[in-house]
Amino acid sequence: MATRPGVRATDLPGSASALDEASVVSGVATGSGGGAGGASRWNRADLSALVRKPARWTVVAVALVFLAMLGHLLATSSSLQWSVVGHWFVNGGILAGLVRTLYLTAAAMAIGIVGGTVLALMRLSRSWVLSSAASAYIWFFRGTPLLVQILFWFNIASFVPRISIGVPFGPSFASASTNALVTTLVAALLGLGLNEAAYMSEIVRAGIVSVDAGQTEAALALGMTKRLTYRRIVLPQAMRIIIPPTGNQTIGMLKGTSLVSVISLPELLYSVQEVYARNFETIPLLVVASLWYLIVTSVLSVGQHFVERRFRRGQERDAKTTFRERLRSHQFSTTAPGHDVDIQADVHF
Amino acid sequence: MLRCINHLERPSSGRIYVDGQLIGNRLERGRFVELSANELAVQRRHIGMVFQSFNLFSHMTALGNVMEAPIRVNMEPKAEVERNARELLARVGLADKADAYPVQLSGGQQQRVAIARALAMRPKLMLFDEPTSALDPEIVGEVLDVMRGLANDGMTMVVVTHEMGFAREVSDRVVFMDGGVIVEEGSPDQVLGHPSHQRTRQFLSRITGATGDGGVEEPAEEAGGNGGVR
Repeated sequence: MATRPGVRATDLPGSASALDEASVVSGVATGSGGGAGGASRWNRADLSALVRKPARWTVVAVALVFLAMLGHLLATSSSLQWSVVGHWFVNGGILAGLVRTLYLTAAAMAIGIVGGTVLALMRLSRSWVLSSAASAYIWFFRGTPLLVQILFWFNIASFVPRISIGVPFGPSFASASTNALVTTLVAALLGLGLNEAAYMSEIVRAGIVSVDAGQTEAALALGMTKRLTYRRIVLPQAMRIIIPPTGNQTIGMLKGTSLVSVISLPELLYSVQEVYARNFETIPLLVVASLWYLIVTSVLSVGQHFVERRFRRGQERDAKTTFRERLRSHQFSTTAPGHDVDIQADVHF
Repeated sequence: MLRCINHLERPSSGRIYVDGQLIGNRLERGRFVELSANELAVQRRHIGMVFQSFNLFSHMTALGNVMEAPIRVNMEPKAEVERNARELLARVGLADKADAYPVQLSGGQQQRVAIARALAMRPKLMLFDEPTSALDPEIVGEVLDVMRGLANDGMTMVVVTHEMGFAREVSDRVVFMDGGVIVEEGSPDQVLGHPSHQRTRQFLSRITGATGDGGVEEPAEEAGGNGGVR
């Protein structure tokens, strides 16, 4: 292995071609951390790295300058008062808005997942009518902006004034005014949930298609019905493919709920808007909302990590069958027929 | 042909009877009507199948694979099913692998779990679709040993295989097929020892010369005690 000028092989443990790379990385770490320790290593390996990789070091320098500027702005800005942020961060009205945001996220994701699964099964159906109906739905709901859909549901009463249950084109047994039925909350849930169903259906479909046909064949050969095969064999395996993007969708949905502030539903964003409309502390209140969104998305990301790990079971050859794993696999086999219901519960936390 | 016996594939013509029961169809007013998906499922309960690519349920442990159908299909009590499943795993020599997932098992081990899974339904007939062709030659023996044990216990088996030595030793009747058509059939000694057909001879000489797998030919072989298939 050729040693480059400035880096002596004796300075570095082992001998690998990655030695230059490793010294550069450690240089970045010590550099941004204040660089007090390991001065001799810094001098030798990292100064030579600086000479060798000027572009990278230019970018690092620019980034550090911007970070410093941002820190300065956050600390000294007159419009951003941290005491105001602190005051409103735990305000009752805003916390109520946060709870509504969480509720909307969970409910809309539930509608999206159930609806998406139904749409995916329809699309995969051999029936021409079912699959094209699902395709048309997906085409429409993915092809129009979510904001427009929310406004549309909010104003549905002027399009369909009364909703009645009865024979189509015949007599009706019960009827109600659409305005009474589709409240702001219902409009928000319809807008978010039905739109989500279109996206979820593609995710579920990809998951189902990814399951090897041999699995279905083996289940059928054991005398399992098609329904049982789907529920016990295909869907649980499809989950591995479905779960990661569903986590992303949930995080997207959390932020997407802010769109329903346009129909005056007092979720997190609307709650802070209401406050800053009165006291004009726009920036601090937007920071309050942002901080809450950040906190919840961070929690969801951690949750997603654990759910994904759970569904990876049986996928890795070197998976350690720890005691907990075995305990879980035992639970898995003893769960009653409603097992796939748990799965869905896991998805939307 | 094997996949027609449990109606995973629809035969283009002809009828298959297993233990006197017509498979996949029903005679209704002088016409054959295909069974519904659920009726087919009922028929398949009595016919076990082992696949070339194992097809173990990858999200379940070995034990879970064996227990799945008796619990979900036959609604048998769980404790009893588990006892029986552990016995079956012990019978195929995998008692210690009950909690392993399929990816953690070798091909031969997976195939033995697959055999145990099929046996858990107490089938009247076992179908083996080239059970050893996806296996390492060194591992083939462990699967054949399990099958030999089954044959000795009197299980009716239909085996598609290229393992001529095994076929000769275990089977009651050998059928040689090529391009979906029976070329020759008879006792193992007759077909494999003194083949009358040129095509059979050609195949046998090639396969004994080669290491294991044949080529495009598809030799089918029937083995077993009661020979209930017609």
